[in-house]
Amino acid sequence: MYGNAYIDPNEKPKSIIDGEDPIKLAEFEARIARGEKIEPKDWMPREYRKQLIRMIEQHAHSEIIGALPEGTWITRAPGFKRKLALMAKVQDEVGHAQLLYSAAETLGKSREEMTNDLITGKSKYSNVFNYPAFTWADACIIAWLIDAGAIINQVANAKGSYGPYCRALDRICTEESFHLKYGHDNVVTLATGTPVQRKMVQEALNRWWPPIMHFFGPSDKISNHTEILMRWKVKMATNDDMRQQFLNMYVPKIWDLGLTVPDANLKKNEATGKWDYTEPDWEEFKRVINGGGPCNAERLAVRRMAEERGRWVRNALLNKAEKYVTPLA
Amino acid sequence: MNTEAIKELLYKMADDLLIIGHRNSEWTGLGPILEEDIAFSSMAQDKIGQSQALFQLLHELGEQAPDTVAFTRNANQFHNAQFLELPNGDYDFSLMRHFLYDIADQLRFEMLATSSYEPLAKVARKVKGELKYHVFHANTWITKLGTATDESHARMQAALSASWNYALGMFEEGSFEVQLKTENIFEGESALKNRWLETITPIFAKATLTIPDVKTWEPKLGGRKGYHTEHLQPLLDEMSEVFTIDPSAEW
Ligand SMILES: [Fe+2]
Ligand SMILES: [Fe+2]
Ligand SMILES: [Fe+2]
Repeated sequence: MYGNAYIDPNEKPKSIIDGEDPIKLAEFEARIARGEKIEPKDWMPREYRKQLIRMIEQHAHSEIIGALPEGTWITRAPGFKRKLALMAKVQDEVGHAQLLYSAAETLGKSREEMTNDLITGKSKYSNVFNYPAFTWADACIIAWLIDAGAIINQVANAKGSYGPYCRALDRICTEESFHLKYGHDNVVTLATGTPVQRKMVQEALNRWWPPIMHFFGPSDKISNHTEILMRWKVKMATNDDMRQQFLNMYVPKIWDLGLTVPDANLKKNEATGKWDYTEPDWEEFKRVINGGGPCNAERLAVRRMAEERGRWVRNALLNKAEKYVTPLA
Repeated sequence: MNTEAIKELLYKMADDLLIIGHRNSEWTGLGPILEEDIAFSSMAQDKIGQSQALFQLLHELGEQAPDTVAFTRNANQFHNAQFLELPNGDYDFSLMRHFLYDIADQLRFEMLATSSYEPLAKVARKVKGELKYHVFHANTWITKLGTATDESHARMQAALSASWNYALGMFEEGSFEVQLKTENIFEGESALKNRWLETITPIFAKATLTIPDVKTWEPKLGGRKGYHTEHLQPLLDEMSEVFTIDPSAEW
């Protein structure tokens, strides 16, 4: 996943289990407490279904939109080795979208509906992809640190309660670990390279640090709502916990490469065992998630164009009344 | 062994693969359906990998390293057919090109699998297997879209008509056709073209698509000799944008 499910802070504060059959609900919660997975045909509360659709759908959109900033570097990747590796990586991301859309479809929303909600701006996707990848080094930082953040999030969610999503995430996590290696290797090459390369990668890190800090979302409001979602194993970790885990794992690695993190307040607080940092600009985060980022319009325009240009192909498939078979390559 | 003849053969094949691989990779993230996005990427990776293998053979014959050769030449030093450098256009043109090129490519590698130049024969035997999927994919889609809806049929027919003379340009003869043939290295472009026509004709019949009238055939030549359309140099500039920041650096 690219970013935690974004829970609207203005969401109705009332209980999300209003009107549910208490016996069924108790059975459902007991199953989850026992560590059982919920499967598509099982009974589930309305809100469970709704939150999962939103979360898996956002995740799927993030994979396909995430292919855009990195994808523009496929044609410019320096040398065969990098070109081939980046092609494979971005292909994986598109494959993740495919897996996730089908996981979300098991909850009753079709891929077409989801695509439609994406290109009309109704559904969200991870905020980080509303920033541009200016240079090759940006693409390398994305592959390392954004994928690193994604892994933290996905590993947590893979332990969730909805079977199809967990299984998709298990597969995705395996591939993500290759992406992380690929990204790290790229960043190491630049950070230990020529002065020009070192400058490129430091500048890219400077640009990407704020979006990376935004990546896991603002601190969760401890509400009844959040509590229920955690009990249902829809939300598996708080945003702050995931951010801390990320900082703990990657800041030392960044420093090891001789790179500087553009936050003078960033340090591990020995007393709390947690990282102190400058509070990210959450106004900026809100502005971007609501469409005001540098690339929101462009990303959606590209997706919309791709959908429009491909419509005749999809119509042709419909007309043949044959289901497209996934190529095995 | 006629090294000059072999080099000429290897260069045009490697350049074809690199350029079509590059074009196919431009579909990543933009395909008409996710499954096709993935399929085009997969095939693009094979093409780029195959071109790298051929540049490696050239390196063994004394040419510069694959990265240097691929990422630092100008358009007039490239020997790909012009067909492959044309912009992707819509999916109809990309698919038609994929079909016309990949069938030719598969037949070429089949012919080369028994080449007397063993390093190339070895690569050809390996590549032949990878190409099975490409050709299967192309055949399936050409047939499907040729016959699905009025719009898809019209689009595929227009793509075929627009592609045809460029496709014929793939079989532009080189300077060593006779030598390659007498030394059993490669049977030659005209033999390849005949096999290609034999292979595609029944598939087009099944797809209800019509090959342009033979009287209108005018192969777009020149690519093999370094003459290109205005589309190649910008493609190469883009491809080498990062590499040429410092060609001596490790990337
Ligand atoms: Fe991936
Ligand atoms: Fe992914
Ligand atoms: Fe990834």
